[in-house]
Amino acid sequence: MPEGYVPLFIFLAVAILFPVVALILAKYIRPDVPSRVKLEAYECGIQTASDSRARYTVRFYIIAILFVIFDVEAIFLLPWAVRYQVLGWFGVAEVAVFLVVLAVGYVWAYKKGALEWI
Amino acid sequence: MTPFYTATDHLVLLPAIMLAFFGCAILLLDHWAPDIMALFRAANPKDRKWLLPVFVLPGIAFTAYTLWRQQSYLAASGATDIQAFQGSLVIDGFSLFFNWIFLIASLIVAIVSYRYLDIEGEHHGEYYGLILLANSGMFFLAAGSDLVTLFIGLELMALCFYVMVGFLRGDRRSNEAAMKYLILGAFSSGFLLYGFSILYGIGGSTKLAAISEAMAARELDDPVLWLALITTAVGLLFKISAAPFHMWAPDAYEGAPTTVTAYLSVASKAASFAFLLRIFLGPFAASREVWEPILAAIAVLTMTVGNFAAISQTNVKRLLAYSSISHAGYMLLGLVAGNETGLQGISVYILVYTFMNLGAFLVIVALRRGNLIGDEIEDLAGLMRRSPGMAMLMLVFLVSLAGIPPTAGFLGKFYIFLALIETGHYVLAVIATLYVAVAIYYYFRMVRTMFLDPSAEQEPLAGSFGLRLAGVSAGVLTLAIGDYPEPFLRLAQTSILR
Repeated sequence: MPEGYVPLFIFLAVAILFPVVALILAKYIRPDVPSRVKLEAYECGIQTASDSRARYTVRFYIIAILFVIFDVEAIFLLPWAVRYQVLGWFGVAEVAVFLVVLAVGYVWAYKKGALEWI
Repeated sequence: MTPFYTATDHLVLLPAIMLAFFGCAILLLDHWAPDIMALFRAANPKDRKWLLPVFVLPGIAFTAYTLWRQQSYLAASGATDIQAFQGSLVIDGFSLFFNWIFLIASLIVAIVSYRYLDIEGEHHGEYYGLILLANSGMFFLAAGSDLVTLFIGLELMALCFYVMVGFLRGDRRSNEAAMKYLILGAFSSGFLLYGFSILYGIGGSTKLAAISEAMAARELDDPVLWLALITTAVGLLFKISAAPFHMWAPDAYEGAPTTVTAYLSVASKAASFAFLLRIFLGPFAASREVWEPILAAIAVLTMTVGNFAAISQTNVKRLLAYSSISHAGYMLLGLVAGNETGLQGISVYILVYTFMNLGAFLVIVALRRGNLIGDEIEDLAGLMRRSPGMAMLMLVFLVSLAGIPPTAGFLGKFYIFLALIETGHYVLAVIATLYVAVAIYYYFRMVRTMFLDPSAEQEPLAGSFGLRLAGVSAGVLTLAIGDYPEPFLRLAQTSILR
């Protein structure tokens, strides 16, 4: 077996062990007071409450757009982090400029009240 | 290893940096403006009048300075172009010429907008910020020589325009226009990207120079070449609103705030044309035989649709939208001719079109008052009696749009026709000339309304100082280019893309 795959298997083992250990440990540590509401399906396993084609307030879209911006930011930072050694201080400066531009957008949206819920 | 950011890179990028910097500064400081004004004990801290002289004009001035530095650097180096960012951006006569046009258009639109925005009760800060950011997108369209750079420039410009077209949030027409423009713009960008992906597949690089070589090496009947050509061309023709891809233009122009319509019809069109020329005279230059007849047909169709649809319009903005479609057809004819005269003709035409079309829209902006939108032809009635100055200016612009000497519009058309005759496209020249006669009809319908029809209102127009200044400057330039064309022709000569 090629040497290079050993870390992959270690990673796989850790990935499987971690949730198993965490779930078992939590079972013994947490207080257990079940109720009807708590036992209902959670998040995407939700029991249908109403029709999904309801009207949403426009705020959801604003939040979603803001989310996309910061999502893209994270994606942009990733290649920089990977090539950090090569890019050096130039990369740091470039990313700083990028973050400042994003911050301008964030401050603007914040001041416009895009993040206020009501 | 090559350095990432050289002094040349900085010099080339500086205009875009300036525009983006001032655009962002306006967005930020607009919010704190009342606080700052209160600090200075201003009488009316909510007034946003000072945004224009404090941010927009310096922003444009700094950008002009950096462009001028680029120009002198280019002249001093003696080279035809200066490459930057490993060939992603390039300064040459072409990019400088177009960047000056964009900057002048931004300046004129910025100084006429103040009163208009006040009447509409809309935000000033975002509006000015969007103008500068759109201009920085146009910078990349004129100076880009890499598919990705060009596309990002296009989207930066287009996104700003989508927002600006829908700037009157309470107005249904404005919202509808923005929606149509957004959907069709996204659709055409999709076409363009598809074409770009094929071009990348052909060239193995996003650089235009590498793609040009790979395209030249292909056979002319290669289906891949055809596919790349057609998809890219459809995307580009959408952007310059050539028929049959023009449907978004009248609706977007009519619904948008008039100042935005002026900007959209001039700057966006010039930028898209710069983009189109970069692609057609770069990667597609070798396959001229394939696209020349297609483009000739599209140019004729564009002139037909533009001119004949304009006849029946009653709304001035819609009429000018169709007229701008027909002007795009004339500009395309310069590309069909394709010789030195033709390319110079396109540059002259775009320069001339900038002033005359902006000017015509300025008069419409001046017609806007409290409860009157002022974009119907009847609203022009009796303008000669109400405010003779504005009427005379409008006359100059309309005569120029129709292409009658001694105004600049004649010069633009003259060079296009000359190029067509030089290259033996006699039929096209005849058709183009005949359509001028049609154009005269609908332009002079407006002139007749202005001078002969009695007007319901007697009040003179209340244009702001900026508006009058811009109107007179555009009028003077329209006449100057027509009467003393020599320096402008030399300027256009430097802009030919080789």
